[in-house]
Amino acid sequence: MTFPLLPLLPLMIIAATLVLSMVAISVRRSHRATFCLTLSGILAALAGLVALLPLVPVQAGLLFLFDGFALFYSALVLAAGFLVAVLSYDYLEGRNTAPEEFYLLLLGALLGALALIGARHFVSFFLGLEVLSISLYPLIAYLRARPSHTEAGIKYLIVSGASSAFLLYGMAIIYGLTGTMEFTLLGPKISGLVDGRAAALVGMVLLITGIGFKLGVVPFHMWTPDVYEGAPAPVTAFIATISKGAVFALFLRYFTDVSLRDHPRLLLVFTVIAIASMAAGNLLALFQHNIKRLLAYSSIAHFGYLLVAFMSARPFRVTAVTYYLVAYFATTLGAFGVVTLLSPKERDADALSDYEGLFRRRPWLAGTFTLMLLSLAGMPLTAGFIAKVYVVVAGVGSFLWLPVIVLVVTSAIGLFYYLRVIAALYKDTRPAPAIAPPATLKGRAVMILLSILLIWWGVYPGPLVALISHITLAP
Amino acid sequence: MILAAILFIPVCGGIIAWLTEYASAKLPRWISLISLAVDFLLTAGLWLGFLHQPGAHSPWLASASAPWVLLPGVSFHLGVDGTSLVLISLTGFLGCMAAAASWNEITERTGFFYLCLTWTIAGVLGVFLSLDLFLFYFAWEFMLVPMYFLINCWGHEDRFRAAVKFFLFTQLSGLFMLASIIGLYFAHGRATGVYTFDYEALLHTPIAAPVTFLLLLGFLAAFLVKLPAVPFHTWLPDAHTQAPTAGSVILAGLLLKTGAYGLLRFAIPLFPAESTAATGPLMVLGVVGVLYGALLAFSQDDLKRLIAYTSISHMGFVLLGLFAGSRLAFQGAMIQMVSHGLSTGALFILAGLLQERLRTRSLRRMGGLWPVAPRLGGASMFFALASLGLPGMGNFVGEFMVVLGVYQAHPGLAVAASLGFVFSTAYALRMIQRICFGENREGWKVPDLSLREMGIMALMMVPLLWLGLSPQPLIDRVEKGNPSMADTTSAPKPHLPGKTLPPGRRK
Repeated sequence: MTFPLLPLLPLMIIAATLVLSMVAISVRRSHRATFCLTLSGILAALAGLVALLPLVPVQAGLLFLFDGFALFYSALVLAAGFLVAVLSYDYLEGRNTAPEEFYLLLLGALLGALALIGARHFVSFFLGLEVLSISLYPLIAYLRARPSHTEAGIKYLIVSGASSAFLLYGMAIIYGLTGTMEFTLLGPKISGLVDGRAAALVGMVLLITGIGFKLGVVPFHMWTPDVYEGAPAPVTAFIATISKGAVFALFLRYFTDVSLRDHPRLLLVFTVIAIASMAAGNLLALFQHNIKRLLAYSSIAHFGYLLVAFMSARPFRVTAVTYYLVAYFATTLGAFGVVTLLSPKERDADALSDYEGLFRRRPWLAGTFTLMLLSLAGMPLTAGFIAKVYVVVAGVGSFLWLPVIVLVVTSAIGLFYYLRVIAALYKDTRPAPAIAPPATLKGRAVMILLSILLIWWGVYPGPLVALISHITLAP
Repeated sequence: MILAAILFIPVCGGIIAWLTEYASAKLPRWISLISLAVDFLLTAGLWLGFLHQPGAHSPWLASASAPWVLLPGVSFHLGVDGTSLVLISLTGFLGCMAAAASWNEITERTGFFYLCLTWTIAGVLGVFLSLDLFLFYFAWEFMLVPMYFLINCWGHEDRFRAAVKFFLFTQLSGLFMLASIIGLYFAHGRATGVYTFDYEALLHTPIAAPVTFLLLLGFLAAFLVKLPAVPFHTWLPDAHTQAPTAGSVILAGLLLKTGAYGLLRFAIPLFPAESTAATGPLMVLGVVGVLYGALLAFSQDDLKRLIAYTSISHMGFVLLGLFAGSRLAFQGAMIQMVSHGLSTGALFILAGLLQERLRTRSLRRMGGLWPVAPRLGGASMFFALASLGLPGMGNFVGEFMVVLGVYQAHPGLAVAASLGFVFSTAYALRMIQRICFGENREGWKVPDLSLREMGIMALMMVPLLWLGLSPQPLIDRVEKGNPSMADTTSAPKPHLPGKTLPPGRRK
């Protein structure tokens, strides 16, 4: 190890791109140039990950650890960020606002997500989370002309601030009791503390509350539908995938050394949260007529499923969670990608009526959306099917019978609202209710890529599974 | 190899049909018909023995296996024995008929329609061919999606509700089966150290009793909904009524058989002792289905709904036969499955032809059609008689053998089930009387059957008569080279003295 900061290469590349873009914007405003700079920055960061590959696991100071797990999640987040940036370009084009700063905020949020994924210390955890959140507030309210966006931005600001306070307080209590802020040292100590002292349990619960807010699981889910609805479609895609995924990765890392089976109280907390999320998410989604709200409730339910995998025992836990997150990333990006592509200039295409008879007007786009919805519903030939099977395998293999039964019943309920949207797509309505802009080459390429990935992972998931289990078992 | 070909020909045919829609709206139907016909010829080749590849010590007539890396223990394992061979032949045959019956009915989005049609067939074939429980579940779920689209996009007036109901019922019960399959996977793995989904390995799983019963319940949930047994049948009348003709044919002819096949291939052999214990209630459910379906069929006005309820009645006999624990009843159930597929499929095609001509399915508005369209009337008469169990046609042989087999151990149930013969006569004759005879009050003037339609009808009559007059070849086919089946049908027998089970008096 010649250079101690080398493991931070991807973070530094993203940060450098951010600064460079800022300078470039101040010299001359050009949407295209900023866009290209952003994309090349993300690609360079991905290349940086590859360069790190032979070095793992490698620690950067006290704060960051880059092992196979972190590299995989970083790659996932960067790839998703790349696709969000591509989708944003056409979305921002022609909407009357300056588009360039959008990419700065996007890079900032990515930087926060990467820091979260590499964190192994409360300080880096909090740092990453705040960088991510603070970049997200203006992103949500980016199209200032629309009042709903500003409202969503402020809502997210308040909720996110409150949850950070919870988180910080929880960290403080745990630090006070254990005297350390490193995850690896915390693990064994927490094991001893949780079942003994009330204060430790309180600290843990405050921590879980803070993380629960970020993940949008019940009962901390209230902000999700409003923010999903209010944010511009590509930003919603970002929140749904990268922001939540990075927090979940950290969550997984934090609890790596804590076996939930030995702590019935913690297991109880997670069981309640998982069951409540699956039930509330799926039931409330039944009543939605707005696609973005519907997808918000669907994501609440999906994080309930993820928690079932999270609670499972060792050999499955990381693999099931990671596979599920990968499938969820591709599917959610695809779904919001369709919403983005269909949105006319003045608003987002989020009413169910915008989608009626879409198959007639835009057969390929409707087909893609159908595929995404079927994947969310967990039907065969899509990655969502394999992911759901994985979660059930993990749950049954760890004797989590109650959560698995709730998962089975609620996901059958969930099928109902996915089918309702699909039925709307194939309705025979003659007049075209909404005039959507024609899909651009970039948008099409993203959709085709995501569809291919979804089917590939749904039919022949072998390589991906091998990669995940190799990487997560390596250290 | 041959099995993989049988499975993938419809998949590829469907994709080609879908893509050729852009060239011509009429091309897809030819492509799907040809691919299904090739499929049927391949199964016929297997049947006649041209394409056998018996393994050195394999009980299967033909099998294929390939790794399909997913979870440890999942493989792409296909196999066919007598039972599944009969059912895949039926699938190929009814697939061709369904494609031919939609020839002129479907005019919109033909490519997508034939894609859904062939993919449903592929899913059904996958169910009948898989020897790996995960692959089986994959196929089981796979056939739902295209079937949903068939009903949702080309169905009748209330199609959305019917399609969703169908999907939800089967999906929920299927997920319970998934939990059971995975439970079995772990039970087997913990007991033996080998984690596998392979059917032959799982057959010999030593597990503790209470767990096995729960696992069996998961399987039963899926199969009884699909069959359907009576309390779980409510999706069926809606789905069958609202589906387009081809959809109804496939639903009644094939999808219901997957439930019966699941029982005889998976539920009974995997849990022999537990399913023997559950025999009593299940046979009662079968008898209830026979009578209840027939009773409701009698009071229907919607022709397709009437035929749908007769399906419930006929499948009750299958359920009864499968759990009777007698070889005779089992053979009867097999014959009943094939002949029900043919006769009900044909009746749904006829209902489709009538609806195309009359734009109604209401029996009240029909009447006096025999003089107007004698060929149509004759065909309806033939299949109505087959459905009521006229000697000389397959249904009679099947139902008779089931009742005879059941009688040995449970005379009460057999007597109750044989009441079904009376009821079926009543509904079938009422149906034919309402359609063909009486006064032509609405003044219908409709074209008689065309050459294509005559061809379909004739092709469906032949096997029904063959089964009715000479069922032995089919029984031989089911039994021959079939040690696994011999185990399962004879094994429960010693456990089945009449006195250990609740006698049929309950009914």
